[in-house]
Amino acid sequence: MTSTLDDSEKEKARSVSVDLNNDASLLIDIPDALCERDKVKFTVHTKTTLSCFQKLDFSVPRQHEDFIWLHDTLVETEDYAGLIIPPAPPKPDFESPREKMHKLGEGEATMTKEEYSKMKQELEAEYLAVFKKTVQVHEVFLQRLSSHPILSKDRNFQIFLEYDQDLSVRRKNAKETFGSFFKNMVKSADEVIISGIKEVDDFFEQEKTFLLDYSSKIKDSTAKAEKMTRSHKNVADDYIHISATLSSLSVDDNTALKKHLEKFADLFEKLRKVEGRVASDEELKLTELLRYYMRDIQAAKDLLYRRARALADYENSNKALDKARLKSKDMAQAEEHQQQCLQKFDKLSESGKRELTSFKGRRVVAFRKNLIEMAELEIKHAKNNMALLQGCIELLKSN
Amino acid sequence: MKMATSSERSPPPFPDSEDQELEPEEVRDQDSDDGGDIFLGADNLLETKMASKPASDIPTKTQSDPPSDLFSEHLMEPASAPKVQWDFIEKPVIEMTIGSTHNVIEVTGDIAKAPEVVTEAASDIAGSNIISKPLIDTDNKTGNELKEESHSKASGAPVMDIFNEPPSEAFSSPVMDVFGELPRNLSSAPVMDILTEPASKTSTAPMEDSISKPSSTSVVDILCEPSSDNVKEPEPDIIDPLADMINNAPVRDARAPIAAVTKEPTRDLFDDEPSDLFAEPRPSKTIKQPQTSIFDEPDEDLFSEPLGDTLKKPHNDSFKGELAPVAKARHVRGPLNDNQNEEGTDIFGEEAVTTVPSAVKRTIPINSKTNGVHSDEEADIFAEATVELSLDSPRNDRKRKEAAKPTASAPSVTASVSKPQPPTLEELEEEEESGDKFELNISITNPEKVGEFHHTTLPMFRSKMFTVRRRFSDFLGLYEKLLDKHAQSGYIVPPPPEKSIMGMTKVKVGKEDNSSAEFVEKRRAALERYLQRVVCHPSLLQDPDVREFLERDDMPRAHSTQALSGAGFLKMINRATDAVSKMTIKMNESDVWFEDKLLEVEAEDQQLRKLHIMVESLVGHRKELSVNTAGFAKSVAMLGSSEDNTALSRALSQLAEVEDKMEQLHQDQAASDSFCLAELLADYIRLLGSVRASFDQRMKTWQRWQDAQNMLQKKRETEAKLLWANKPDKLQQAKDEITEWEAKVTQYEKDFDRVSSTVRKEVLRFEKEKARDFKKQIIKYLESLLQSQQQVEFWTLVCIHNRLFHTFF
Repeated sequence: MTSTLDDSEKEKARSVSVDLNNDASLLIDIPDALCERDKVKFTVHTKTTLSCFQKLDFSVPRQHEDFIWLHDTLVETEDYAGLIIPPAPPKPDFESPREKMHKLGEGEATMTKEEYSKMKQELEAEYLAVFKKTVQVHEVFLQRLSSHPILSKDRNFQIFLEYDQDLSVRRKNAKETFGSFFKNMVKSADEVIISGIKEVDDFFEQEKTFLLDYSSKIKDSTAKAEKMTRSHKNVADDYIHISATLSSLSVDDNTALKKHLEKFADLFEKLRKVEGRVASDEELKLTELLRYYMRDIQAAKDLLYRRARALADYENSNKALDKARLKSKDMAQAEEHQQQCLQKFDKLSESGKRELTSFKGRRVVAFRKNLIEMAELEIKHAKNNMALLQGCIELLKSN
Repeated sequence: MKMATSSERSPPPFPDSEDQELEPEEVRDQDSDDGGDIFLGADNLLETKMASKPASDIPTKTQSDPPSDLFSEHLMEPASAPKVQWDFIEKPVIEMTIGSTHNVIEVTGDIAKAPEVVTEAASDIAGSNIISKPLIDTDNKTGNELKEESHSKASGAPVMDIFNEPPSEAFSSPVMDVFGELPRNLSSAPVMDILTEPASKTSTAPMEDSISKPSSTSVVDILCEPSSDNVKEPEPDIIDPLADMINNAPVRDARAPIAAVTKEPTRDLFDDEPSDLFAEPRPSKTIKQPQTSIFDEPDEDLFSEPLGDTLKKPHNDSFKGELAPVAKARHVRGPLNDNQNEEGTDIFGEEAVTTVPSAVKRTIPINSKTNGVHSDEEADIFAEATVELSLDSPRNDRKRKEAAKPTASAPSVTASVSKPQPPTLEELEEEEESGDKFELNISITNPEKVGEFHHTTLPMFRSKMFTVRRRFSDFLGLYEKLLDKHAQSGYIVPPPPEKSIMGMTKVKVGKEDNSSAEFVEKRRAALERYLQRVVCHPSLLQDPDVREFLERDDMPRAHSTQALSGAGFLKMINRATDAVSKMTIKMNESDVWFEDKLLEVEAEDQQLRKLHIMVESLVGHRKELSVNTAGFAKSVAMLGSSEDNTALSRALSQLAEVEDKMEQLHQDQAASDSFCLAELLADYIRLLGSVRASFDQRMKTWQRWQDAQNMLQKKRETEAKLLWANKPDKLQQAKDEITEWEAKVTQYEKDFDRVSSTVRKEVLRFEKEKARDFKKQIIKYLESLLQSQQQVEFWTLVCIHNRLFHTFF
């Protein structure tokens, strides 16, 4: 399935998560994407004035795995330890609409033709929405990198954008998958261990408690919002069935009721469109926002972890230095190590403070934008609904 | 609304000077637009009908002038003179006459004071009767004009043509009346009506007596008999004096004592009204009389449409808005009427008159046949009616009070006419019609749980409001009783809500949670609708058990409703055998209508069931949405409390607040999905079951008839055999049996025909009710949706949008 995202759609997409201070020197977008089975091929289009690129305007084909590779290399780069690495885009998930499509096929016999085709349309729309959202998150990932003063200069990032062949990044093999899993385990264990270390900086102390609290809350909110939008979607789907049944009822009827039923069915059909829009707007403006920030906060927490790790290292090096002094052995080496650790820690603290502050600003702006947009849409839909209802009531009352 | 337009046309002349009525407020309120509706509705209808007729040209020309004269002469005084005139000039004939009726009504209203009085029941009724008068006047005049212009027979023909055609049929009567019948119309009908109506309204015994006596005895007697004499005597001379006499003396006489006795609203009505309406037209009439006499012959025929028509016509007009197939069907098959019945049916089956051409034709011959007697009969009816009214006035009052529909004034009149008649089948049918017109308000309130039963309180309007307490099983018992009595004649007996063991146990266990409260409320509403349907059904309303159920203080407990009792067991067995026999009966349907209808009903049943499931799923999803929204609201509130940016924190708690409201809205919406839609559908699924049962009943009756026929066949064969075998001793017995079975066959066939017609009638009624019910509920439902959308908009606007902007900027 090919789909070209139109501009307005992209506008929306950008608003989803981040407010980017794009300068014109490096503009990235994904104008096109191709979905083949499980693989999604994105066309990454870059427009730049930077001299480090060979051309001004170029496009390359990239897959989801390439994005993951880019993210991982960034995370592993020691120099970027003090930065919030933009969260990797989630793996495209077309399972749920596919499953629904399958279910629909099974239930085809119980539905009228019209009903079935409407349901199918609805699912196709849902599928398309998932697809678009997938493209959006990938695009947003690249855009955040491009708008970051340091990350945009990353060599791997530039290769990612420019290299016109398949990157053919090697998939993680089983051992590596296990390795990364193990690393995560170690990391969480480590987090527990180093959490005992006394924080020297109030800012980070606060930030830590805030982020820990906030991340659990936002996780909860995201789950709840997902549930809410899903049930909203269900309500909209029910409208389809009701409308279809009403209209088949009106076909059989030949009393005075016929016209009323027709109107009622018609109204339900219109209402479901509005209701569907309400649900999808909620999804886009609210759930997607929460989802993104859930991941972003995780990235910020990772930064805090790296800093805390550095702090622990520094403490350890201090201890090692004390020991060395006591034994008067390898003092210079220990001192050097201690200095290195301190340096690293200071560097991390400094850039971490900057990053976290900007993160906060970014979050507030994005929330504000999305909430206001959602409120406006909701009002618009409510007005639409009201107009429809009022029209129908008048019609019914008049005859 | 429509009333407003008509009152614009003729502003009341004596706006505020007097007191007007002893009527309770509501009566007036209810009737306020009704009058306007009734008459305007008629207006339009006639207008359109007339438009399609070529012959209308003639009357237009002839009438356009005279009526204005007529009315400018007479009606100007009361009020609206210039405008009235203007009306007449502008509109085509028929409409004009109707237009004039408006004005007349208004005039009476005016006379009876204040603008509202126009709308009052009394003046409406009086007005509706008075319509006949002015109509006659105008028509009379036009008739005369016509005759003058186009000369005797030639003129008679077009007029007759125009007016005889079914659509304009309402007019045929007045026009006919006009030709010779004025005196009686004027005297008997309007006066009587005017007298009887106030009587019934005021509903105090002495007054009624005083009114009814002079009116029914003296006035009617005096007036009617001479008029019937008139018929026989073609001499114009005699008509003239009579007319004079009638117009002057008796009316006035009648008026005087009544005014003296009653003094209150009636007095107002009478003091002015007769002098304006009765007395004023008189001169013009006397002038006309000689001319009319040229038409002696038509006179005699037409004469015969006296009261019946005058009464009928307003009703026809008033009911036209509510055209329905039921009335038509009934009317076609109700030919037994003597004059009274005819009149009755017409009044009730108003649509029939307008839609079925044959109705007109029938009235005329019948009337002409009964010519002489007729007037007396009329008088009798009215005498009786008045008496009945005095006895029955509370009932009448109730009806009027409850008539929330534009026909407010009509049922009360119908009651007064139909009451004295013996409750024959026709009577029941008539009641059925009127049953459609008024509403008995039953509400069930205050359900309580005592032990294992609901005690439910039923207040209902009757002469007084009263309340009884009933168990749920009593409702079931009522249903069983009604089913036993009426199902076999093919009636659709509305089924009560089903027992719900689940819901009941919850209630019994005494968990005071939402779902049990919802269950109680659902059942309460369902019972209320059930009762409402029962009392809306005209023949069920007549049932003593229904009345007992509604009125009796202590109900003997219905045992047979227990699922596991002996009676219940028997019933189960009966039903099982029924089901088996139903399957075995192979009916070759003679009537396509029934075949189609049954298929339709079955298809509808399926669709409704499907829809019901869908709506239930919507309710479920909506509830889920409500729960999830509540969860989200809580979660966002928490998120807001953790947010360290103050503005964003506040924004999030606003969002939480909105979502909280949304949760409530979704919940309410789920409730209204359930109450307005799901319950309606459940009701109709049950009702369709009853409809099918009535079809089955018809089939069973058919089967019985067929069986009897087969049996007769066998008996005949036996007889033949015996004859052949030459056994005379047994032959006699065989012959007796044959006659016996022949009688049975005829009886069963008759039964089958009767059941068929009942079923057909019932199904049509059911469909009408259904359409009305659905429409009402759909509108109610949409309104609830609309309201919740308004709330959504409001809260979103207030909470997020405005405050967000506020917070952030």
